[in-house]
Amino acid sequence: QLAVPVAVVFAPGSVPGDLPRPLPFKDVQETEISVNVRTSVTSCYQMVYRSTTAQEEAALDVATAREADAALHPLQDASLGSLTVYVVPETSCLLPQGISVYVGKHRSALVRAGGGLATLHTRLRQLMQVMSFTDSSIAAALSDRMPGSQLGPDARRHLKSSLGYEITFSPLNPDPKSHAVHWDIEDAVNRYVQPVLDKLSLVANFSVDSQILYYAVLGVTPRFDKESSSFLLSAHSLPHVINPVEARLGSSAASLYPVLNFLLYVPERSHSPLYIQDKDGAPVSTNAFHSPRWGGIMLYNVEAPASPQASLPLHVYVDMVRVMEVFLAQLRLLFGLSREELPPEILLESPGNEGLADWELDRLLWAHTVENIATVSTTLNSLAQLLDKIGNIVIKDDVASEVYRAVASAQSAMAKLATGHLHSAFQASKEAVTSSERAFFDPSLLHLLYFPDDQKFAIYIPLFLPMAVPILLSLAKIVREARQRKKEPTKID
Amino acid sequence: LQDQAEQFFRSGHTNNWAVLVCTSRFWFNYRHVANTLSVCRSVKRLGISDRGGHLEWLKCFCLIFHSHIVLMLADDMACNPRNPKPATVFSHKNMELNVYGDDVEVDYRSYEVTVENFLRVLTGRIPPSTPRSKRLLSDDRSNILIYMTGHGGNGFLKFQDSEEITNVELADAFEQMWQKRRYNELLFIIDTCQGASMYERFYSPNIMALASSQVGEDSLSHQPDLGIGVHLMDRYTFYVLEFLEEIHPASQTNMNDLFQVCPKSLCVSTPGHRTDLFQRDPQNVLITDFFGSVRKVEITTETISLDGDLAGFESKLPKDELATEPLKYAEQLPVAQIIHQKPKQKDWHPPGGFILGLWALIIMVFFKTYGIKHMKHIF
Repeated sequence: QLAVPVAVVFAPGSVPGDLPRPLPFKDVQETEISVNVRTSVTSCYQMVYRSTTAQEEAALDVATAREADAALHPLQDASLGSLTVYVVPETSCLLPQGISVYVGKHRSALVRAGGGLATLHTRLRQLMQVMSFTDSSIAAALSDRMPGSQLGPDARRHLKSSLGYEITFSPLNPDPKSHAVHWDIEDAVNRYVQPVLDKLSLVANFSVDSQILYYAVLGVTPRFDKESSSFLLSAHSLPHVINPVEARLGSSAASLYPVLNFLLYVPERSHSPLYIQDKDGAPVSTNAFHSPRWGGIMLYNVEAPASPQASLPLHVYVDMVRVMEVFLAQLRLLFGLSREELPPEILLESPGNEGLADWELDRLLWAHTVENIATVSTTLNSLAQLLDKIGNIVIKDDVASEVYRAVASAQSAMAKLATGHLHSAFQASKEAVTSSERAFFDPSLLHLLYFPDDQKFAIYIPLFLPMAVPILLSLAKIVREARQRKKEPTKID
Repeated sequence: LQDQAEQFFRSGHTNNWAVLVCTSRFWFNYRHVANTLSVCRSVKRLGISDRGGHLEWLKCFCLIFHSHIVLMLADDMACNPRNPKPATVFSHKNMELNVYGDDVEVDYRSYEVTVENFLRVLTGRIPPSTPRSKRLLSDDRSNILIYMTGHGGNGFLKFQDSEEITNVELADAFEQMWQKRRYNELLFIIDTCQGASMYERFYSPNIMALASSQVGEDSLSHQPDLGIGVHLMDRYTFYVLEFLEEIHPASQTNMNDLFQVCPKSLCVSTPGHRTDLFQRDPQNVLITDFFGSVRKVEITTETISLDGDLAGFESKLPKDELATEPLKYAEQLPVAQIIHQKPKQKDWHPPGGFILGLWALIIMVFFKTYGIKHMKHIF
């Protein structure tokens, strides 16, 4: 069961006329998400309706929604997983025309009142689905673990929940004679990437490396297009690009975390400028593409030098802002935080340099927590089945304690999810996954002690049967003599 | 077009792995190492080419890269002292094709190829100090190809001439992989005598198995090479690799064609296969699902907007690098001297204690046997 605490705050003048009870009051809305025939997850929205306090009214009294959001942020009690919705009057000028819902950077939203309670409820429900989790996201998180789920094999394209990720930035320079690429990656990482990773540090540990590859070529030859006098890579040749390059990318030998590669390709002078063409034939504005669960590639075109006699190599100073915008957007897409499928009347605030809004972090956490708990239960189940089948595996004490810890953490995670404490639920689920993986993959659990029964007979009979023959015969002789001795005294008179 | 695309993605895997194992030791088992290396080369070389473009869906067929192949060779043939062509392993007579090449990476070599290590690789129960290249880091979306070759019997496969892996152990290992969702689909190919017995006991879903011979039959080798002096390949693997050479990226050849490879007339043994555990129909399973690599690609259409100037960070101006002279590789060995060196004369040493003791023993035994009176005949 997943519980989300929601506070709905009515500004003066926005209270709909047909409220069932006077403010403030509490309400609980529950819906069932069914993952497969036997299991389902209940999502429970604990709504608290109240009217604004004086401070909040003052905060709402500003010109734009963004300022209101900034002003309201310190006034909220914004723990992970909770939402606050402010309902403003229909005539309020905070929200621009045509927009009825505004979602801020933190965990709050502004909704325009009007149309009575029913429309308010539908808007609220839509909003809550956007800001916390949708049925499909929960089902997708669980689909790998549950047999017989309805979703097809393409459902799970986002990165699996893992304890850490390794991010690698690599510029590829196939033509060092013409271009000398200078890229100030350390500065860019500190300025742009690190804030995003700090925000995501709740979710997992991130480590960042970078490397430069020379003489790495694309696997495909781009076509020259006369109309735009540029080279084009069509969309269906993109998948061929990755593999010859990947063979040369290094990765840290010690870490076992999934690797996300972000490559920046500077085309050769003879193939500049190079654009990616999408399926309709139009050049892609970002000039970049990504592969789910792998990473992304961006093409960085260098302008031809003004004079043809410019000395080679040209010094290229990479514009890190543009590059990082694309890479961070790809990072968000890899994690599954896309902003596309929303109706037009909802306006989303851009998260700025932090990379993702608080509620998007919440979305990730909901999905990952659910996935972690499902993983723990299947792992422990399979461990139990293994032990049932192969009776003579020895379980060491520390493996047993890991199992106990995993079970306890999983139970506490589920309990916390049911009460709406997302942060502690996520931490508990992470601990549960760590313990269960450590228990399952302990090197001592190898079942080489297994001998099928016929092999046992085949080995021991040739050894013991010949030895056993004289022993058994002697035993028989002893028994016979003992019996004879017992009889003899009775015979002799 | 959407349906066609759906069909192509029916296998639902996103990455490919291969575990290639050669289990035999000793020079005369050259063919097993050549088998494994040829499969490795095939898997790596089924390479990229420009497709006809009739598919608009973003599907790619590319090679499996070194990092996704776990190669276990039980003995070193290329640097074996009996190899008349050092640093090469040939798979075809007349030494046409050197499958050892420049870039082969053997992950488990020589005495590291044991049943325990093999099972550890499969189940993932590896000590934490093992490097990344020695692990099978597959996930629930991986298609894995497992190829084993060596000497086998009814229900077992011999490792290193000292231990065996039974079909039950292998089946249990696969079941553990399934429990932990370490594979999406598994293709198991085995080229040993009585190979079909190894897949009899599988019970986990999504496994397809091929073997070179049935129970009671021997798998035979293909051709000896008079220059090297041993048999170079086994028949079944030879014909399978010939078949794979004709696979190109957009080919629609499915598993049914692979089952027909090497009929009894060519192979002398009867190859077998097992598909009852596999959920899809073998007709729909492409060879490229296992012997190639799939990448799904999407175009990035969103960007985020970053604030370029942040107060509080000072940016380092990129320095203009001075042109340095190109670096040369330093001479490490005096090659010219080494080539023209004459072999050193070894100094004469008097015989050591062991030799003296041995002779003393022999003499004592001689005189004990024949009596001391014979000594005057000698002196």
